[in-house]
Amino acid sequence: MHTYIPRKPDRTGKVLVGLGLFFVVTLLVLPLVLIFFSAFRSGWQLFTSNLMDSDMISAIKLTLLVAVLTVPVNLVFGTLIAWCVTKFQFFGKKLIIALIDTPYAISPVVAGLCYLLLYGNQGLIGGWLDDYGIQVIFAWPGIVLVTIFVTSPYVARELIPLMESQGNDEEEAAILLGASGWAMFRRITLPNIKWALLYGTVLTTARAVGEFGSVAVISGSIRGQTNTLPLHVQLLQQDYNSVGAFTAALLLASIALLTLILKTIFEYLQNKKHTTPA
Amino acid sequence: MSIQVKNIQKNFGNFSALNDVSLDFPTGELVALLGPSGCGKTTLLRIIAGLEQPDHGVVEFHGEDATHVHVRQRQVGFVFQHYALFRHMTVFDNVAFGLTVRPKDKRPSKSEIAERVHELLRLVQLDWLADRYPDQLSGGQRQRIALARALAVEPKVLLLDEPFGALDAKVRKDLRRWLRRLHDELHITSIFVTHDQEEAMEVADRIVVLNKGKIEQIGSPDEVYNNPASPFVYDFIGQVNLFHSRVSEGWAHIGDYKLPAPEHAEIKDSAAVAYVRPHDIELQAEPQGEGFIEATVDNVSTAGSVLRIELRHALSNDIFHVELPRSQERLIDLRPGVTVYARPTNSKVFLKD
Repeated sequence: MHTYIPRKPDRTGKVLVGLGLFFVVTLLVLPLVLIFFSAFRSGWQLFTSNLMDSDMISAIKLTLLVAVLTVPVNLVFGTLIAWCVTKFQFFGKKLIIALIDTPYAISPVVAGLCYLLLYGNQGLIGGWLDDYGIQVIFAWPGIVLVTIFVTSPYVARELIPLMESQGNDEEEAAILLGASGWAMFRRITLPNIKWALLYGTVLTTARAVGEFGSVAVISGSIRGQTNTLPLHVQLLQQDYNSVGAFTAALLLASIALLTLILKTIFEYLQNKKHTTPA
Repeated sequence: MSIQVKNIQKNFGNFSALNDVSLDFPTGELVALLGPSGCGKTTLLRIIAGLEQPDHGVVEFHGEDATHVHVRQRQVGFVFQHYALFRHMTVFDNVAFGLTVRPKDKRPSKSEIAERVHELLRLVQLDWLADRYPDQLSGGQRQRIALARALAVEPKVLLLDEPFGALDAKVRKDLRRWLRRLHDELHITSIFVTHDQEEAMEVADRIVVLNKGKIEQIGSPDEVYNNPASPFVYDFIGQVNLFHSRVSEGWAHIGDYKLPAPEHAEIKDSAAVAYVRPHDIELQAEPQGEGFIEATVDNVSTAGSVLRIELRHALSNDIFHVELPRSQERLIDLRPGVTVYARPTNSKVFLKD
């Protein structure tokens, strides 16, 4: 196979590289640095007191709870969907593949409104659940549901192209050799999609933690109860507590950075696996 | 173990991949399913393996209906065109897979598995590669590992789907001789799919020629080559010269020229096609005897084990392909433009429907 070896940039190349660096610094790096700077601007003391604030802690807890519930659901859902559309040929397959992308295309606010209509006390499902005393809207179940919706494509989107390129041969070979369906999945499919699956999980986590629009509509932003970290950032900002807002923002940014680092590591491991199998 | 397929029908949408196919694969034979791409040969193989279900018809293993037996229980060894080795496992683990996935009570012990794997790797002469990964192997090595893996579960039948299709010419030749020897050692009922007639001729005990989902001919390589049952087979197996002709009372008339067609002695007048293989033609500088066609040498290719000569002649606009042993080079002048006399020594005439 022919591999392209990048060359050293000539003059035009240097200008383009410089322009690229300029935008990366001003648009991406500078705001991040500012978040760190602003959070610690008034000293370590104020930062920790903001961090230990009970509303902040409850927001962190809720955010983590949402992530912990969302990610496994979408991990399973995404793997199942990817499995269905890559291993089987059936009527409506193209439609399903298109529908997976809906959460990408729909504004999260609209998604939130839809869930509000569906699960609100007057809603189609919400009214029925209300009879059993289950509160979805303005409570954590609603936040989890809408986050699941918004983050549902990430795992599937990572897996589908990979599984398509890998084909069915190895799975068929495993079954022919007497493997059960589960043994085939565990010993053949899973190792082959391992890195993509982890990558999809990381993306899902990042998005679940950072989701704002849809959660804002559905949670009611009740301080100390249904406030997630992104919502808390906004609330604190509106309270003119900019150190508090930046403290919460710093937490979110740290999670995002961690995600990026993990993603880079996974990509590195995946590439390494391709060139020299361990 | 013998395999029978009866009245197999398989459609993909409007496309009929197999049309009422019935076949017998006797125990211990190596049979080639030969045909152009899209003829249904791979579909038939996958139906026998249980990877596809026929729309109609029955697959029998040793006289027992196996049509609805799950792939897992069929005990077939299957070799894929693109090897389908487990890329994240070593060669050893690949070969061991079929044994390690057995339920606990039927699984051999670790040392037994290791012994069996090394025995198989020695059989395919690749014991020294046990710790490598598939992408560190050449195509030929991968296919031999795939075969070892298929044999590990002691299959009752071995199915090979274009096993040499992805290999280069030299490796392909070595590997098919090796497969033939291996089969002579193991005597396991084997079916392999190929579109390469030379491969089928060299390896198989019997050849099944398929075209458009139907069987054209079943026979030994010798029968299929020397006595093709239909124009399709004649055309598909090796190169041919084709003449449009009219048959009457045992002769095929091509313009003023005629070829014997004794099998059509009762036919009064019918359109027909006459086939002559390039090596069934003799060339002479001066005609001695009857039945010679005057022709001009157009082109001679001396790169190969035989002389390939292209002639122009008066019977049709087509080029006349002739193959002669290299020894003839010295006996007859074959420079382009020289006039020679050609005589078919063997021909076959098929009536047009």
